[in-house]
Amino acid sequence: MVGQTQKRAEKKIGTKKYSVVWLQGAGCTGCSVSVLNAASPRIQNLVLDEVVPGQQLNLMFHATIMAGQGGPVIEVLKDTEKNAKGGYILVLEGAIPTAEGGVYGSIGERDGRHLTIQQSVEELGKNAMLTIALGTCAAYGGIPAARPNPTGCKGVKAFFDEKKIGTSVVNIPGCPVHPDWFVGTISVILFSGVEALDLDQLGRPKLFYGKLIHENCPRRADFDKGKFAQKLGDAGCLYKLGCRGHYTYADCPLRQWNNGVNWCVKAGSPCIGCVEPEFPDGTSPVYQKITFEDLRCLQK
Amino acid sequence: MAIEAVIDDGVVKEAKSAGTLFRGFEIILQGRDPRDANRLTQRICGVCSTAHAMASALCLDNAFGLDGKIPDNAKLIRALIFGSDFLQSHILHFYHLAALDYVDAVSVLGELYPFVPRYEGDYRISGQVNAELVNHYIRALDIRRKCHQVLSIFGGKMPHDVGIVPGGVTEKPTEERITNFLWRLNEIREFIDSVYIPDVIVIAKVYGDYFKIGRGCRRTLAYGGFDLPTGELFKTGVVSPDLRLEPFNADNITEDVKHSWYADSGSGKNPAGGQTEPETRKKQAYSFLKSPRYKGDVCEVGPLARLVSNYIQTDAKTKEPIDWLLGQVGVGINALFSVLGRHAARALESKLIADAMVDWLLALKPGEPTIIDCEIPESSEGVGLTEAPRGSVGHWINIKDRKISRYQVISPTSWNASPKDDKGQPGALEQAMIGTKVKDKDNPFELVRIVRSFDPCLACSVHLLDARGIRSGAFKVV
Repeated sequence: MVGQTQKRAEKKIGTKKYSVVWLQGAGCTGCSVSVLNAASPRIQNLVLDEVVPGQQLNLMFHATIMAGQGGPVIEVLKDTEKNAKGGYILVLEGAIPTAEGGVYGSIGERDGRHLTIQQSVEELGKNAMLTIALGTCAAYGGIPAARPNPTGCKGVKAFFDEKKIGTSVVNIPGCPVHPDWFVGTISVILFSGVEALDLDQLGRPKLFYGKLIHENCPRRADFDKGKFAQKLGDAGCLYKLGCRGHYTYADCPLRQWNNGVNWCVKAGSPCIGCVEPEFPDGTSPVYQKITFEDLRCLQK
Repeated sequence: MAIEAVIDDGVVKEAKSAGTLFRGFEIILQGRDPRDANRLTQRICGVCSTAHAMASALCLDNAFGLDGKIPDNAKLIRALIFGSDFLQSHILHFYHLAALDYVDAVSVLGELYPFVPRYEGDYRISGQVNAELVNHYIRALDIRRKCHQVLSIFGGKMPHDVGIVPGGVTEKPTEERITNFLWRLNEIREFIDSVYIPDVIVIAKVYGDYFKIGRGCRRTLAYGGFDLPTGELFKTGVVSPDLRLEPFNADNITEDVKHSWYADSGSGKNPAGGQTEPETRKKQAYSFLKSPRYKGDVCEVGPLARLVSNYIQTDAKTKEPIDWLLGQVGVGINALFSVLGRHAARALESKLIADAMVDWLLALKPGEPTIIDCEIPESSEGVGLTEAPRGSVGHWINIKDRKISRYQVISPTSWNASPKDDKGQPGALEQAMIGTKVKDKDNPFELVRIVRSFDPCLACSVHLLDARGIRSGAFKVV
């Protein structure tokens, strides 16, 4: 196996490499852990191999899985920003704390001072060929931005607009993101280019966020028949237990989670709408039945 | 996280451990439906979200008056979900967060990101043995993914499971699911027995000096965890430095904030009446973590603390494997309080849990209840204490007008990586670094290895200063 791995490493000369800088903002690392769950390709293929023939990722910075250590690693960030203008993909996981000048989140130190998440995203975002907002926190603010948003957290697009940064943003929300949504988006970029990504009005690839949960739900027949679960653990549609499948756009019912083992509604838990910009304030209390008023607001 | 160590004449004189991220979960939770805490608090940590699912469910069970009423099936399924995540977390930690400090991946895979940049000068294993370990690093990626797959049979999905809820669990045990779970689990058990534990021994034999490095405060705390119909897997206990068991009472927990970026008016409180009021301009503060203390003492939590607690309460299933492993590497019980002791404890604990999971699985009764209905009381309070992969975790809730009026969380990393308390006592991790000899300040392996042995749940950067306060190096650990 080592022989194979060595061969893979050698083969990479002449391969087109996409440098990736993966920053963690105000989040929980859950999206990183979820991407580690990628099944085909597996995470080792994403890091070590050509993801599609002739093209591969070069994961230069990732706080959790790097072997590397701080000083030199912070230098990697600086070098990437300076030397590879427009030549790298910035992946942000977690929201951007902006209150009080960004003091609520730093990723390390530079020149003896805290390097805030806000500052890093601004510097690296400006020169990136593309920014991927991975997970709902990075896309729309998510839980750290929930009422009363004590740290002034923002998603990438809102932050870029404020800082007048024109870099394209692709949102791949989810709490956490599904590994296939990330890998699938990367595949489109490697095969056909960023412009081939068909995004909805919320900046999400329609490939994964094109259909309502409710449309493909295995409990849909129960809804149609009016068979509703009255309490957790009951059979039937989970609408009365607060299921947000009626206004949540994601392919969970078809794709399922953890390599197709299960997913929320199948496991008897209402969809909590975790891919939507309104998550969590607009999608809670979790177990409160949604109303027509909720739906009208969301339709805009 | 950031670590700052002052080195004088090659020895760490002072160490500061700082949490560098504040999201304000305690503030965000106020005014919400109490049951939502079970969903939202999982997002505190995506590596061990089941720990917060469990702690919040226990806290809400307690506040809703459901103690003693949770069905046996629910206790077992909760433990199976939680146990799967322990295995995932421990395997991830050892192979993917810690092993590359001991195993030379670059000599096998080449100078590739994310294996470079790194520090050089203390990779002691080479040739076939090293190549095997690198193979195991890669194989472990598959095994930890499979831990999440087995978890989601009853947990629905992972990270952030949906199966553990106040009152019980949402999934039902069927014969088909039990068999499916069993065989997925067997593959993981085989890996733990034939790869993980032997690898820890290989590293322990070569890096034996790390049984003496990173001793820490020596006082350990375990709230106890895995509440099963037959009792708890991990026994509650505070163990003093001379290995005496002391009784535990949650009222003795307080959190100091003199060196944290929170208002001093909240210092020294028990979390049942705790407060979280950020104050980012405080002069002497250096962390967003508070300083939890037990009867005013610094305590270490985690696998080491749990196994020591079980060991001195003569739990045979814990004692035998520990004595066996200590014999394999030729050290005594006191050597467990060290960098390698923590890794060994984590590996042995993985086996203890994985083997017990078979019993839990076979104790499930298809067709019997998995959940009881709960009602949110007008006003109430609750506590949920359990053990996360990284150590003791506690949730405290106050309910008024059927809404959350106060929510407090003490995570294991707060215990281990806390800053100095109001009396000036350094936290557990800080104490483990103070006095450590650093051979090469440009390649401070000793400190990276100490920090990682605690498995802090935050990405962490470490900075070295010389005795005059001049920066002499900086590095990052996770």
